[in-house]
Amino acid sequence: MEHRIIRQGMWRCFLTTLFFTAGVVGLFGQKYYSKVGQVVFTSDASLEKIEGKNTNGLVVLDAATGRLECSVLIKGFQFEKALMQDHFNENYMESHKFPKGVFKGTITNMQDIHLKKDGTYTVVVKGDLTLHGVTKPFSPTGKVIVKGGKITASSSFEIMVSDFNIEIPKIVRDNIADKVKVTIQADLLVMEQ
Amino acid sequence: MAVVPGQAIAQEEQELLSLLGREETTEYAAASFKTNRVINLHSLESTTAGVLDVKISHRFGYLNGGIYDLFGLDESSVRLGADYGVSDRLTIGVGRSSYEKTYDGFIKYKLLRQSTGLKNMPVSMAILGTAAITTLKWADPNRDNLFSSRVAYTTQLIIGRKFSNGFSLQFSPSWVHRNLVATSAEKNDVIALGFAGRIKLNKRLSFNAEYIYVLPDQLAEQYTNSLSIGFDIETGGHVFQLHFTNSTSMIEKGFITETLGEWGKGEIHFGFNISRVFTVVKPKS
Repeated sequence: MEHRIIRQGMWRCFLTTLFFTAGVVGLFGQKYYSKVGQVVFTSDASLEKIEGKNTNGLVVLDAATGRLECSVLIKGFQFEKALMQDHFNENYMESHKFPKGVFKGTITNMQDIHLKKDGTYTVVVKGDLTLHGVTKPFSPTGKVIVKGGKITASSSFEIMVSDFNIEIPKIVRDNIADKVKVTIQADLLVMEQ
Repeated sequence: MAVVPGQAIAQEEQELLSLLGREETTEYAAASFKTNRVINLHSLESTTAGVLDVKISHRFGYLNGGIYDLFGLDESSVRLGADYGVSDRLTIGVGRSSYEKTYDGFIKYKLLRQSTGLKNMPVSMAILGTAAITTLKWADPNRDNLFSSRVAYTTQLIIGRKFSNGFSLQFSPSWVHRNLVATSAEKNDVIALGFAGRIKLNKRLSFNAEYIYVLPDQLAEQYTNSLSIGFDIETGGHVFQLHFTNSTSMIEKGFITETLGEWGKGEIHFGFNISRVFTVVKPKS
């Protein structure tokens, strides 16, 4: 009998701690997301300008820790010419083997960013970018604009194609740049817990 | 409170992206063949909406002509053609062949698209309708010649699957209707079964083969089944198809019902198709 009371007490204590913790996390651990992040990349070579656009980028930000994860389906990039899209998937990104581009990292200056207060904040991110099966440390800078409760995050950076083992044959050197410019933009929404 | 750090670490390790849940999408198989033709046969592929595909095709003479004919290069049969993607499913095309001075046109519609994910479809399927009109001068102008005698039609189903990134197979049951045939030994309606496949050798090179089996007792004795093998070489906006075939004609009614060459006797044409695509209407973004 006595044994049982002690056990009940332990349960109560455990549950209280659990709820309390959940409460704390809920209050400070607000998460934000987007499922319609826009990713545009531009290759501006001497003979040809190629632009691919994807409007289904996934973004999740944990405001408590500053952790940030983004993911985009390579097959979801749309091009001006159908053939560019075929070649992008088949010959360069090999999307049947490497279907996604993923970034996982942390916003290192999260303490300076107030997502509930209007303003423009510069964001410093540090993490790893995985493309074409290659993972590389990656630290771009970005911008967060908070206006009337609307949060827009954006970033722009350049990627060396060769860093990710993407081969460009000599014959198309003048058509495809060895450095592509990437811009990302997403409106972040509050995630219901 | 001692529990809190542990909880925080657990939180840390959780993958954030998984919080968004797994959104099911439908992924369609693309590029089962490099162009909309395997060699002579139409492939599973359609021309993308708004794209014009200009095709220049040649079949040289028989290889067994030897050095005297430069292995057939002295002769050539040509088809000039253009295909256009009205939508991603509907392709139309026209062409003109030097063989029997034939004009041809086709309509091809994609009925099923191979896909995985939300919608699961194991195969792609297209239906093709073609018409061909020969314009050779009448053999006997004094006879009562009807225009309809010049016309032949083909209806074909194309069913196939991209099994892996490097391997695709298709089956093309075909029905050719010829308004006029040369002798009573030949049927006006001819049923044939086409088989075709490709193996990708590397990103820009593939090996293709096709064989068309004409069901027995439909054609005169001299006619043979069409067998072709070749390579697709892709550069930027071009696809070069180089091949060996025993068929002279490059349109359905010709290569299905009028193939004369025998592989065993070296009656093989070297030939090529060059495909160049132009984006006429840009997709809306």
